[in-house]
Amino acid sequence: MKQFGFTISSGRSINLDDTNFEKVDKLLELVPSYKWCIGCGGCTATCSAGGFSDFNIRRIHTAFIRGQYSELDKKLRQCMLCGKCLLVCPRGVNTRALIVNMRRILANVETNTFKAKEVVQ
Amino acid sequence: MKSISIIGAGPAGIEAASVLARQGFAVTLFEKSSSVMKNVADKAFLFPDFTAAADIVEDMNKKLLNSNITQRLDTDIVNLAREDNNVWKLTDAKGNSYYSDLVLVATGYTPFDAHRKEELGYGIYGGVVTSLEMEKMIRYDQIVNSMGERPRRVAFLQCVGSRDEKSGNHYCSKVCCVTAVKQAIELKRRLPDVEAYIFYMDLRMWGQHFEELYRQSQQEYGVRYIRGRISEASGTFDGRVQIKAEDTLMGLPLKMTTDLLVLMVGMEASEGTRCLGKACGIAGEYGFFQSVDPHLNDCRTSLDGLYVCGTCKRPMSINDAVNDARAAAVVLALSVRD
Amino acid sequence: MTFFVVIYWIVAVGFLVWSVFNPYFSVYVMPFLVGVVLLLFFSIVKYWRWMSSFDKLQRAIIRKNIWSWRFLPAIWEAIRESLLHWRITKKNILLGYMHRSLAFGWFLLIVVGAVQAKMAFPDGHPIWMAIFFNYFEPEVDLSAFAQAEFFANLMDVLLLYVLTGLMLAMFKKVWSRPLGMKRTTRHTLMDRVAKLSLWCIFPLRLLSESVTAGINGNGGFLVTWLGGVFDSIGLANPAFEYTCWLLYSVALGVFFSLMPFSRYMHIFTEVFLIYFRQLGVRDSDKKTGYTMFELSACSRCGICIDGCPMNRQLGIVNMQGVYMLQSVRNLELQRNAEPIAENCLMCDRCVADCPVNLDLSLIRRQVRIKNKAAIDTKDGYGYLRDVQPFNAIGRVAYFGGCMSHLTPDITSSMETIFNAVGQKYWYMDRDETICCGRPLLQQGFEHQAFELRRKNTELIANSKATMLITSCPICYQSFKKEYRLPIPVLHHTEYIDMLIKSGRLKLRKDDRRVTYHDPCELGRGCGIYDEPRDILRATTTLLKTAEEREKSLCCGFNLGNPLLDLDQQTLIRNAARDNLMAPHPDTIATACPMCKKAFAHADNVPVKDIAEIVAENIVKN
Repeated sequence: MKQFGFTISSGRSINLDDTNFEKVDKLLELVPSYKWCIGCGGCTATCSAGGFSDFNIRRIHTAFIRGQYSELDKKLRQCMLCGKCLLVCPRGVNTRALIVNMRRILANVETNTFKAKEVVQ
Repeated sequence: MKSISIIGAGPAGIEAASVLARQGFAVTLFEKSSSVMKNVADKAFLFPDFTAAADIVEDMNKKLLNSNITQRLDTDIVNLAREDNNVWKLTDAKGNSYYSDLVLVATGYTPFDAHRKEELGYGIYGGVVTSLEMEKMIRYDQIVNSMGERPRRVAFLQCVGSRDEKSGNHYCSKVCCVTAVKQAIELKRRLPDVEAYIFYMDLRMWGQHFEELYRQSQQEYGVRYIRGRISEASGTFDGRVQIKAEDTLMGLPLKMTTDLLVLMVGMEASEGTRCLGKACGIAGEYGFFQSVDPHLNDCRTSLDGLYVCGTCKRPMSINDAVNDARAAAVVLALSVRD
Repeated sequence: MTFFVVIYWIVAVGFLVWSVFNPYFSVYVMPFLVGVVLLLFFSIVKYWRWMSSFDKLQRAIIRKNIWSWRFLPAIWEAIRESLLHWRITKKNILLGYMHRSLAFGWFLLIVVGAVQAKMAFPDGHPIWMAIFFNYFEPEVDLSAFAQAEFFANLMDVLLLYVLTGLMLAMFKKVWSRPLGMKRTTRHTLMDRVAKLSLWCIFPLRLLSESVTAGINGNGGFLVTWLGGVFDSIGLANPAFEYTCWLLYSVALGVFFSLMPFSRYMHIFTEVFLIYFRQLGVRDSDKKTGYTMFELSACSRCGICIDGCPMNRQLGIVNMQGVYMLQSVRNLELQRNAEPIAENCLMCDRCVADCPVNLDLSLIRRQVRIKNKAAIDTKDGYGYLRDVQPFNAIGRVAYFGGCMSHLTPDITSSMETIFNAVGQKYWYMDRDETICCGRPLLQQGFEHQAFELRRKNTELIANSKATMLITSCPICYQSFKKEYRLPIPVLHHTEYIDMLIKSGRLKLRKDDRRVTYHDPCELGRGCGIYDEPRDILRATTTLLKTAEEREKSLCCGFNLGNPLLDLDQQTLIRNAARDNLMAPHPDTIATACPMCKKAFAHADNVPVKDIAEIVAENIVKN
């Protein structure tokens, strides 16, 4: 029987019961400052890429943290890593690290950059 | 009878002086500028009921007419130290010394300097003003854009210098949210056809009648609210200001050209507060004073005989500051009696 | 390669066998000879492998310049740096003396020793004679060698020279501050063993020569005196003598065997590197043979750690140039290559300090490029296709840079200046900036950076603008080094300086006292130190600061380090700010929007870009 009303696309609605938060946990481990985000939209407001396209960084990272990962990988390629978002964020979120790590996680690329905080022998 | 020095003649300082004078104490009130109630005197009408600030100033001035209060204007106290005989020595910028048994500090706040948020164009584009300048415009009914004409559109930006890692102030300045709502209403009352937009991250309507004021601004005055932070402003050729924000509820970047951009600047510890905080070792976070305990002991400091009240501790509304001053005065008076 | 290996070992073993039958042979010489054979073998193999890994461009450069006169400056630089260590001496006299005594001292010992052996044995001698001269010398009649005594004393002076340096090195282990080093490298086990063997060589030489002098009375002033001491305590006997020479030979042999696998590979590699660099060979974004030379030319001296802001302000001492090179060089450490490579500001302070002039930032970028390869996509910037070209004939193009939108004072000042001199300009990124691409490139996204460069180049070239002027040093370095533009590129300080010196722009002098912050990207990155200063001197009073020009301190907000949090960046920024505030200026001047944002309102002292200061002081005609 065809499943009515449920699609893979994240457009319809969010069901947090069914969401897999593994990638979210990984992201927060790599970029702990993201926990401070209040969704003010300053990052999207100032975004260079956002000025030329429909790239909306706040939407993307909000979707990610809600576990709605589909299509984000393609969108994230539009970022120019210019760093303006980092300079305006009122909470001090490391937005550039956020973007690079979201891309790594979505592409299943392992990284041990979090080890930079430990002493490396 | 013990002598008391109060530093700072704002609403807190004057109220405390008045209460203590009526108790019979000899109060010396120091003020670094040449007039009292400076911050309030610049205001037009106060939230939530649009009382004229000038009325409050007049009432406070009347309270000073008590023979127990000695005013020392143009006296900038820069150092406070306790002598061996438990007397406090106050030193001013010119080097003069004053002595008293107890000291109450009410040195207040200073507004955040909007030049520090360069990306908002304050000081660069004529159409960018602070909320204080807007108050003056409302008070003197001189609401004009950078070309001296009646504005067709005004945008307000909340949280300038507050809740902002980049300005160094993580805290919320408490009163700016309701002030913007108030100013938007006042604007619409005087210029009914002006478009008013408030760009906010949150709307903190904590006080009595605040939420109703918000609702009134939407219902009766058509003030528009956009949830999103303005990241930068630039000037246009015709003297207007173009802003870039995100409409987070729509999830889309938003651009708008406006005649006036009003920056709701937060409250920071004043020069006097910072200076004395360092001199006495009672400085807390962000240069504000640290009381012993914010729950039950908010007027005492760690130094015996030194009390604090008002916005020198944290951002407050005027009635908060007055109530705090009254509390400090009573605590002080009781401590003498015991 | 296999062919070479076979031939080499045939020759080497043959040589060793032949040596045994040489009249001037003693068994103790063997460890030394084995060491030399191994050293030569591994060195040749490595160098050969690396040279065959040069990329096409590098090979072309070598082919073009190999017969030119460039080997002369190469020789001079090798003498100046590899032997005399001028750059290290400039950092600290004692440190320079220490390194020089070992390098130059040992070099002279070998050369003078060779001459000595040649003169003493005019009929020929085996190669080890120069090393073990004092042992074999008593067997020969030296009446024909008139300068025997002079040479003996000279050799002793040189040995003493090396030994004083060795004592300094030992002192440095206990207390390094007087040698100008607050911190030094944490060495690997291999390096420590090799260093131990190196440190044994010269004391053992002294010991051996002294015992021989004690028995035979030969040698210079130092060894004869010491020999007398040994004689008086009964140690001047052949058995002890033989042991000492054996130990000396073993020390040499161990050192030479370990050399190709330790930091001491730099001894030869440095000379090769200098030569290739003088020929014009440069590094690229991929690891090449030239990179391999750079990796081994690093002597792990630790000078890069000392000046690094991550060390000085944050106490992080595991990611500096030396460790980064190590993580690339040693297979066991490669799992740490990524976190080490990422945790760097790319401020280039280490590049300026490095005595061997290694391009550490470029090599670090190579590691980052490798790490980002999986996510370095080319298809993200389709949206730029619709950006319209602009006709800018007869105008200069002005590129504010991404950050300049957050510092409108700078861009409006530049517009004021353009208007004041009547310069027609095209403000390319008035509304939005297409990023220059350098932030992407520095993070390792080379393909993405290429796409942005392509679009910007297209816009600039098709506009027919006459010149490109930019306010952002990051963009400036990118346009100069990574773009191939058909028009000249200037930073706005160069442009303003040009306007002042040509008389097109007249400025009044005000009474402000100003300190200037050299941005990393403009100063160390592009060598522009003077133009900003000339401008400031023309319009204000410029004060010097303690750490400026190549020694300038990073503001901490460079986009190079993606891992730092704001608190850490603030610590770095505070150090730079304190340096600028020390002379109590009225204003701090910068030439970079990023630095300006970093310093914004330090201690109630205004921070202004040079363009702003100039715009304030224009004298209208």
